[in-house]
Amino acid sequence: MDFEVIVQYFPRLLQGAITTIELVVVSGIIGSLLALPIGLARHSHRLWLKAIPYAYIFFFRGTPLLVQIFLVYYGIAQFESIRESSLWPYLREPYWCAIIAFSLNTAAYTAEILRGALGAVPRGEVEAAKSIGMRKVQLYKRIMLPRALGMIMPAYGNEVILMLKGSALASTITLLDLTGMARTIIARTYTPIEIFLAAGVIYLLMSMVIIQLFRILEQRSNRHMEVAR
Amino acid sequence: MPENSAISLKNIHKSFGDLEVLKGIDLQAHEHDVISIIGSSGSGKSTFLRCINLLETPTEGEIWITGEKLALSRGKSGDLESADHKQLAHLRSRVGFVFQNFNLWPHKTLIENVIEGPTQVLGQSKDQAVAYAEELLAKVGLSERKDFYPSQLSGGQQQRVAIARTLAMDPQVLLFDEPTSALDPELVGEVLGVMRDLACEGRTMLIVTHEMAFAREVSNKIMFLHQGQVEEFGSPEQVFENPTSERCREFLSTIY
Repeated sequence: MDFEVIVQYFPRLLQGAITTIELVVVSGIIGSLLALPIGLARHSHRLWLKAIPYAYIFFFRGTPLLVQIFLVYYGIAQFESIRESSLWPYLREPYWCAIIAFSLNTAAYTAEILRGALGAVPRGEVEAAKSIGMRKVQLYKRIMLPRALGMIMPAYGNEVILMLKGSALASTITLLDLTGMARTIIARTYTPIEIFLAAGVIYLLMSMVIIQLFRILEQRSNRHMEVAR
Repeated sequence: MPENSAISLKNIHKSFGDLEVLKGIDLQAHEHDVISIIGSSGSGKSTFLRCINLLETPTEGEIWITGEKLALSRGKSGDLESADHKQLAHLRSRVGFVFQNFNLWPHKTLIENVIEGPTQVLGQSKDQAVAYAEELLAKVGLSERKDFYPSQLSGGQQQRVAIARTLAMDPQVLLFDEPTSALDPELVGEVLGVMRDLACEGRTMLIVTHEMAFAREVSNKIMFLHQGQVEEFGSPEQVFENPTSERCREFLSTIY
């Protein structure tokens, strides 16, 4: 085991890790913003409202993330209208292609988590809100969503960790995230064990941070449940 | 005259699939009436109460609340649904509903539970709502717990908060759906005490209950339901002492 090579290339690996964090945070934010309307629509009883989210979620959960990344990266360049659009400088960058694919993917999973939580809000609490004369918008804003957000934390934390590990696929479209950086270094040094081990440890540390973060979030959003009578 | 009644229900039917649980029930509640609805499990009394503010959609019937007729139209399920959601929300805000399982919002403190309706539905300022909510929590004996969460309270305390939450809307009618059935026996008294005070204030109340002694004491009318029909209706004396219906007599002899 050659520890020197780890020390020598550690700064580069950290550089890759920062790209990984960027990918996860940016697509996590975009994805959760998208998930809100998608999850709400998916929760609806109206067929026309829930059909499109249903198809969307079906597609993104049912196909590999790698395929989705390739579809965005290689696929959208096929359309001339996109190549001529003002967004093209962004859309041709692998970085933004990865962000788009990750955002759409995590939005699907998060929307489904949100739908489950909305359905799990006890009926009585909803009836209590209706019985004092709350309209639908108020019901969702004041009761359903706050209750659902408290409930989704464990499942959503899980989704973020899956997203962290899924982000390694960004390396397949030339991005130098943690995995991409590790592969580049290995191509130069022929020390796969050392470098992948170091990369693995960095992934573990990032997962630990996410786990802790969500533990705090979960405690905060469920503080009303803490004290049993 | 439905226009003069606090609540007026005409010919309420309700079916769940093939099972008809309400077979045409009429009820008029005037101001200051305290009407207890009694009957064995499955007689349809809770379903009937829930039809009043459309928590349950009746299959047939007319509903008048404080003289205003609830606009209903036939929905896809075959039941009557609100034809005017704004009107429904408005009428619901005038009718307080107290649930068997309290149904406080667990993510809100007691005071937040109580001010939710006034601030969100009635558009009161927070200060105004808080002042009234504190008054109401004091009335139900829980002012010192106002910043607690529901999970930190006993069932009886939660039900008292639920009553305060309902009163915060200044409702013209109060509906109670077996308010003490989910409580430990030693906690029943405190909730009945609060309800007794409300009856004494002259509130209009409809109470679905199994507490016969209480029903007899506070009500001026008793309605006995059996298999979705009104079997007996009258003053407590009449219903409890001289029921004309054989089934009512049987029911009372088994539990009273």
